[in-house]
Amino acid sequence: MCGRFPTPVVVLYTSLSTLTRQDARSLLLKILVCMKQVPQKDAPLKLNETGAWIREDVSYEVNEPDAYALEEALRQKEKHSGEVVVITAGPAHAQQVLREALAKGADRAIHLEDASFVRLDAINTARAFAAAIKGEKFDLIFTGLQSDDYGYAQTGVVLAELLGWPHATIIMQIEKSDSGIRVKRELEAGYFQFVEMPLPALLTIQSGINKLRYATLIGIKQAKNKPLRKVTFPELQSAIGSNMQKIERLYVPQKTKNTEFLEGPPGEVAKKLAEKLRNEVRVL
Amino acid sequence: MPDIILVVVEQREGKLNRVSWETLTAGQALAAETGWTLEAAVLGSRTGTLAKEVAAKKVAKVYVIESPKLEPYTPDAFVAALKQFISSKQPKLVLMPHTYQVRDFVPKLATAMDRTAISDCIGYKKEGDKLLLTRQMFQGKLAADVSFACDPPWFVTFQNGAFRGDKVEAESSAAPVEAVDVEIPENIIRNKPHEVFKEAKQAVDLTQAEIIVAVGRGIKEQKNIEIAKQLAEALGGEIAASRPICDSGWLPMDRQIGSSGQTVAPKLYLALGISGAIQHIVGMKGARTIIAVNKDSEAPIFEIADYAVVGNLFDIVPPLIEEVKKVKGAS
Ligand SMILES: Cc1cc2nc3c(=O)[nH]c(=O)nc-3n(C[C@H](O)[C@H](O)[C@H](O)COP(=O)(O)OP(=O)(O)OC[C@H]3O[C@@H](n4cnc5c(N)ncnc54)[C@H](O)[C@@H]3O)c2cc1C
Ligand SMILES: Nc1ncnc2c1ncn2[C@@H]1O[C@H](COP(=O)(O)O)[C@@H](O)[C@H]1O
Repeated sequence: MCGRFPTPVVVLYTSLSTLTRQDARSLLLKILVCMKQVPQKDAPLKLNETGAWIREDVSYEVNEPDAYALEEALRQKEKHSGEVVVITAGPAHAQQVLREALAKGADRAIHLEDASFVRLDAINTARAFAAAIKGEKFDLIFTGLQSDDYGYAQTGVVLAELLGWPHATIIMQIEKSDSGIRVKRELEAGYFQFVEMPLPALLTIQSGINKLRYATLIGIKQAKNKPLRKVTFPELQSAIGSNMQKIERLYVPQKTKNTEFLEGPPGEVAKKLAEKLRNEVRVL
Repeated sequence: MPDIILVVVEQREGKLNRVSWETLTAGQALAAETGWTLEAAVLGSRTGTLAKEVAAKKVAKVYVIESPKLEPYTPDAFVAALKQFISSKQPKLVLMPHTYQVRDFVPKLATAMDRTAISDCIGYKKEGDKLLLTRQMFQGKLAADVSFACDPPWFVTFQNGAFRGDKVEAESSAAPVEAVDVEIPENIIRNKPHEVFKEAKQAVDLTQAEIIVAVGRGIKEQKNIEIAKQLAEALGGEIAASRPICDSGWLPMDRQIGSSGQTVAPKLYLALGISGAIQHIVGMKGARTIIAVNKDSEAPIFEIADYAVVGNLFDIVPPLIEEVKKVKGAS
């Protein structure tokens, strides 16, 4: 495997001649994509008996920015060739995310399979990933910029720090350059910024960076024969610490505004609305 | 010595962003409730009169961490500087606004210090000795009270709009300002950022619109946008959208409302099939009247709506267009 890289990744921080580095890097890109399974956007959520988590009998989907991260990895591979590996941490049903990714073109998958993985804080999720990919030499790791369930917006950046890699967040464009990569960061209120950085690097990907592809029938067929490595919780336990933050309780947020609900059959609701628009809002 | 709450404010070219004032307000409230001492830190290469401005508020001390290496912003330099400073000061609590910049470096900073950050909080509770931070989860559908299960320093970031920036308390005598030296070795900075820029000029300026009809993913297909356009037209308003609609190219980017789009405050904002994620809400919550149509009665958009319709937008919008036309025709 490593034979394809004349320059081992660790050497990158030393003052090795840029030429050797370039030669090694311009040939192939080995990219890891972290993809999380989260409750579907419209899924009605209910609290479980503990009051600190939801009932898990809901429908799931892939975390939206993670789907864009995968797409970006596939596009980079198509341009530069190399390998795309997908990883998820979650219970058995999270495998669906990996299967879809393999069907879309990822080369292999790693499943940290256990419900306990879902209850980790960002640092422990990142620790689990770092331990699971030990010995692999990725050039790039992509994560989504945040998860729809926890919304920490942290796991990627924490993983970069654990690996000692540079990172950039909320990425909307990636180009390989002579010395590494050039990325476009989204900033607030419509501003952007290009940043150049060396490899290996971790990027957190923003939704909308590209257009998603669909899996093809052939892709779905081929996915069945692609390698999927399972890693159990006990195998990684020594790498994981106790959570440093704890959800004490979860609840439906209290409404602060006095909202008037308009009810009835559609025609009637429409009439009421038009009346409000004329008499209260005064825009008609 | 009492425990310290440190607020790290965010500045650009010597000017504080609004949410930094909000975080200072949060710090003041927390200090009042806990009896801990509130201090602030300003970071940058040319912070100008900013420290003085912060020192005029009710804070015990303001630190200025200045280095040419902090400009332009890089996560490596910021983390190096803050790690040194925070390690020597050992505050109990470190508060920052949850800006794009902070979310870029705070997880790295906390990890480098073997700590954690509770991110994007909307409030706090003090229950006995326990400090609970409230944050949204599941895209705002649920809220969680979260506690620290590690030693301080505890890192917390507060969401845009969680506290009132205009409520920050002033003090008649200015707090002392102290310059702090930090060492940032040149070779640790790996990223090379270029100038910040704005994409080609926006074609439409929605900030001027009095009436906005906005569509979200509930519109399902590109062709369905037509009915929202018809409603906008009947009302004499503009069409706008949530981010996924613009990401899909169904409407141009300059019609996007929210933290990465336009911020508007029209007389009427009619949200069709928009769930009400915080990044959308920050762009439109200033509207005078908000009407939301959503089939999910628990959609967070209803929390800020004046008038709410729980239902299928495809059932409601066509008769609404007719009603609007009727009323308009009659007047
Ligand atoms: C850093 C960052 C920046 C962001 N910037 C922005 C931004 O500027 N603007 C922005 O909008 N978002 C932004 N987002 C994305 C944001 O978090 C949400 O993902 C997005 O706003 C959701 O869009 P939506 O409400 O259209 O879609 P969804 O969340 O999928 O909601 C669709 C809604 O439609 C309802 N619905 C479905 N069918 C129907 C029907 N037939 N009738 C009625 N209702 C129906 C559903 O119940 C649901 O509530 C940003 C995110 C991040 C992380
Ligand atoms: N359990 C997980 N499995 C796979 N990826 C994850 C997991 N948790 C977090 N991630 C990745 O980290 C990103 C940020 O998540 P978060 O820090 O929770 O907001 C997500 O978009 C995913 O790419």
